[in-house]
Amino acid sequence: MEKFETLTVIVAPLDRSNVDTDAIIPKQFLKSIKRTGFGPNLFDEWRYLDHGEPGKDNSQRPLNPDFVLNQPRYQGAQILLARENFGCGSSREHAPWALLDYGFRVIIAPSYADIFYNNCFKNGILPIVLDAETVDRLFRAVEAQEGYQLTVDLEQQQIRTPDGEVIPFEIDAYRKQRLLEGLDDIGLTLQHADEIRAYEEQQQRQRPWLFDQ
Amino acid sequence: MSPRTLYDKLWDRHVVRDNGDGTALLYIDRHLIHEVTSPQAFEGLRLANRQPWSVGANLATPDHNVPTTDRSHGITDPVSRLQVDTLDQNCQTYHITEFAMADPRQGIVHVIGPEQGATLPGMTVVCGDSHTSTHGAFGALAFGIGTSEVEHVLATQTLGQQKSKSMLISVDGKAPAGVTAKDIVLAVIGRIGTAGGTGYAIEFGGEAIRDLSMEGRMTLCNMAIEAGARAGMVAVDDKTIDYVKGRPFAPQGALWEQAVADWQDLHSDADAVFDKVVHLDATTLQPQVTWGTSPEMVVGVNQTVPTPESFPEPVRQEGARAALKYMGLEGGMPICEIKLDKIFIGSCTNSRIEDLRAAAAVVKGHKVAGNITLAMVVPGSGLVKQQAEAEGLDKIFLEAGFEWREPGCSMCLAMNADRLEPGERCASTSNRNFEGRQGQGGRTHLVSPAMAAAAAIAGHFVDIRELSS
Ligand code: SF4
Repeated sequence: MEKFETLTVIVAPLDRSNVDTDAIIPKQFLKSIKRTGFGPNLFDEWRYLDHGEPGKDNSQRPLNPDFVLNQPRYQGAQILLARENFGCGSSREHAPWALLDYGFRVIIAPSYADIFYNNCFKNGILPIVLDAETVDRLFRAVEAQEGYQLTVDLEQQQIRTPDGEVIPFEIDAYRKQRLLEGLDDIGLTLQHADEIRAYEEQQQRQRPWLFDQ
Repeated sequence: MSPRTLYDKLWDRHVVRDNGDGTALLYIDRHLIHEVTSPQAFEGLRLANRQPWSVGANLATPDHNVPTTDRSHGITDPVSRLQVDTLDQNCQTYHITEFAMADPRQGIVHVIGPEQGATLPGMTVVCGDSHTSTHGAFGALAFGIGTSEVEHVLATQTLGQQKSKSMLISVDGKAPAGVTAKDIVLAVIGRIGTAGGTGYAIEFGGEAIRDLSMEGRMTLCNMAIEAGARAGMVAVDDKTIDYVKGRPFAPQGALWEQAVADWQDLHSDADAVFDKVVHLDATTLQPQVTWGTSPEMVVGVNQTVPTPESFPEPVRQEGARAALKYMGLEGGMPICEIKLDKIFIGSCTNSRIEDLRAAAAVVKGHKVAGNITLAMVVPGSGLVKQQAEAEGLDKIFLEAGFEWREPGCSMCLAMNADRLEPGERCASTSNRNFEGRQGQGGRTHLVSPAMAAAAAIAGHFVDIRELSS
């Protein structure tokens, strides 16, 4: 997992509540054997005017000009500003895979569905919870000013706006550490690699047949 | 040391790191891999630039997607083919032993693990598949995992786990003739319900369990998951050791002697305390048939389909009503009057040689009834198939009008071309009778191999105890 470093980037506003995982990545793309490559089909039904299928050349498909991610001013966005209950629906890990593959590293919303929220951390995405009023204010600011950028500083647990406002946010200390160090579950376990090896050596002596293959 | 259960002993043997809060990092001895739940795990490894921790601990085979008919032209469905090809490639890249589709040792993961001696007493065995509980029959701690855990095991040979509570299900007395491991486990689920084992690791004990063959114990532990428990297990005895002896992955020579001595401890201590104990009287059991859309909806073959009103709780009445509607059955109807369309003998629950022998013994010299449109036998592995053919079982099935197929999961989950059409009714030796499990709108009745065979001949359910007398 990539380490989470402070970023100052463009924000894309997705002004809908209850965005579900099927909207984030429609079910026909779940048959894939990969966890990358979902980016072009992120929000597929909103982003394109035709029906998406795996294997279709997405660069040839008609774009929906009204959809926010298709507007020139939001190209290169890495922060997604969203409304309440973002990521509801199924437990599919394909949803954070698609957001990450598109380029999003941060989501800001008043609330998230539980499993989605957990899955974000597993994949190096920082989901920030802010109160609905602040989120609303950010929506207005983003829409008012083209090229609007926010700075997200995880270490300090702060969002900084272009005009110098500092918005603090809460995050569980354990998760924060994992994101900062770029540690997924596997990375964390591998911090105990010496203990795993010591166990193996002891087993090798006591139960050698388990290693005789 | 205070007395311990088998589960305690298996747990203690594998703790790499105790977190002191009921969770621990456990070492995983054996990891079985199939094509459906592994591709994203391998991709994760690749993306993070990691290598498998212990290549030799892994064993792979494609089973869910493989065709059970002529395979000489490969797989026609592109999605299935891609998954199987991806498994082949991943195993090649990482040097993991794979029994590929053309290998005679290919089969359902839960059949080939024990068959190869890759499942040994005292091991931790995991696989990205819920029926991994099967391997607990060998006095092993075996449970299913998700795709991110598959990746975790590949990369670290460990898993973080929370210790479960322990439950002893003691099946006392001798099971009558005609009552098999499948009937015992269905009766257990009927008794404790599909959530009865949630949060527990189940140990099966008692005279009727000790009497079971290893095949029977695998059938039993296979369905621990249908009782809500991630792991089911049976203590090691002479039968366990005899079964393992001489298998390709089993230890040999001096190591074998050392292993056998080590395995003597793999049983619960006499005064071990379980969090819960359930007793079942084996002597009163009948062959079982499920009537609904959950494995707990089960009755004896001589009984009738229950009416919704016969359940005390309103929720269960509602559940029964919905199930009867889906199944196209009326409460009060005798089980033996239920007519069938298809027969499926196979799956990781009942596709081992003993299962095929039991079914063949019933079929021998008879013909499949006219109302049965398809009766199929799908051996659990290529080696089971070879063995059955050496014993002439294939001839018995073919002469009776059964189809004799190539090994795989087949109509257990209908991921390949083998499936029920809407409304079709099937007697199946598999483990799940959920709505749509064997094909959209399909109706599944779970039974033992002998019961499925008898139903094929009669065209409806019959009590096999009447045939044998
Ligand atoms: S036979 Fe059925 S239950 Fe067993 S592994 Fe295959 S699909 Fe799963």
